[in-house]
Amino acid sequence: MAENGKPKLALYWAASCGGCEISVLAIHEKILDVAEAFDIVFWPCVLDFKVKDVEALADNEIDVCLFNGAIRTDENEHMAHLLRRKSKVMVAYGSCAMEGCIPGLANFADREQMMQFIYHDSPSTANPDGIEPQTRTEVPEGELELPAFWNTVRTLDQVVPVDYYLPGCPPEAKWTIAAVEAILKNELPPPGSVIGMDVSVCDECPRERHEKKIKRFYRPQEIEPDPNLCLLEQGLFCAGIATRAGCGALCPGVNMGCRGCYGPVEGVRDGGARLISAIASVIDADTPEEIDAVLDTLPDPAGYFYRFGLAHSLLHRTRLAQANGHKVAEPFEEIPHLDPKLAE
Amino acid sequence: MQIDYNALNPAWGARKPVIIGFLCNWCSYNAADLAGTSRMSYPPTLRDIRIMCTGRLDPTFVIKALRDGADGVLVMGCHPGQCHYQEGNYKAMRRFALLRRTLAQLGVHPDRVQLAWASAAEAPNFVEAVTNITEAVARLGPLEWHDTVEDIAPRTPVPSMTEEVAHG
Repeated sequence: MAENGKPKLALYWAASCGGCEISVLAIHEKILDVAEAFDIVFWPCVLDFKVKDVEALADNEIDVCLFNGAIRTDENEHMAHLLRRKSKVMVAYGSCAMEGCIPGLANFADREQMMQFIYHDSPSTANPDGIEPQTRTEVPEGELELPAFWNTVRTLDQVVPVDYYLPGCPPEAKWTIAAVEAILKNELPPPGSVIGMDVSVCDECPRERHEKKIKRFYRPQEIEPDPNLCLLEQGLFCAGIATRAGCGALCPGVNMGCRGCYGPVEGVRDGGARLISAIASVIDADTPEEIDAVLDTLPDPAGYFYRFGLAHSLLHRTRLAQANGHKVAEPFEEIPHLDPKLAE
Repeated sequence: MQIDYNALNPAWGARKPVIIGFLCNWCSYNAADLAGTSRMSYPPTLRDIRIMCTGRLDPTFVIKALRDGADGVLVMGCHPGQCHYQEGNYKAMRRFALLRRTLAQLGVHPDRVQLAWASAAEAPNFVEAVTNITEAVARLGPLEWHDTVEDIAPRTPVPSMTEEVAHG
């Protein structure tokens, strides 16, 4: 507690896009209640506090830390440890901190492949001198330092213990409010809980549903979907069947299949595996050839199934193999087809 | 059956391939039993888990096996049209196809994850499936997913993979 009796609040961003910071402000006038109720001690996006201000705090002096972003650099990791030590309650705020989210898709590649693409091969890159970021750079004024970049993106709870999770990319304001109110009233659920709902997005989706049997998948630009019928029934990939509710089915509400940003439903360890199970179940095909023909219309299945959860999935990343003393990502490029012998 | 795994891939060392088998209660599990009682010979690499139907196989099981130290996974069920629950094996085939495509993107060679059918009377089919996946996995070498996720994630303990497995 601060001298004025207010609980102390810290907010931090690690590997994230900044959307979570905006979502904190999306609670609108409630932000005044937050400012009224809490003594904000650290919020780099909004207030001019420095890391040394956090270091100066006593251990456990911060009452609540809302930490967004995944862990991909040594700076991210250092801040996660520092804030964990200084905070009584650590909240993984948003999909990146909770399960890796879009930054976690880097786990499909490795550090060298990423640097190669971003600084050399990408069509929008002009880098004639082939400059790459270095952890240390000599300039006339002295030596500059940048954080070191890990091979693999981790989630917050893979680095430090986490007390609560607020899912979403970004979390919906109503759940941020619910979390803040629960903290203020001291009515928090048991540690380790996800603050949100236990059911799937389908429970919040108003679309009409029948038995799903589809002959092919469509990409969103290929068809104009019926606005009242389940999108998956129409062949559009929708992760809602295996994704935690809480968003109010926003994406299906605008004719776009659920992307899966709220993560797997309660009790599921690997959301991608459950999506494989669910999506494969709606395929209307019985022979190996038919099944492969349907699946050929769904490019990049791992990207669909692990769009938000790769860093928190069981396999965590694309396999790393030893090559030239480095660990390099090693995907299998060819699409595997079923053995025709399975027809009988 | 003696196989020189190191001749197929020197990375094996003292270790042998570990393959987790998910076998359907109504067909391939009995085929495995029959292969044993018939004293048929096949590689001692399969650790079989009986499931009531391949339709019960959650892809999580396969992924967890690979993460926790298996080098390959063999799923075996009833021939199409012969499922005890009408169509569990069709569901399994669809899920398997999608799972294997996903795993390929994550760097798991498709030969490490195989699906085969065997009725309760078809011990030779079972022996052939175990032999096929063992040879394929032996050529590919150890998967050792814990090397991929080493010190980046808390992992469930990996049991010793070097001890002998008693099989026919």
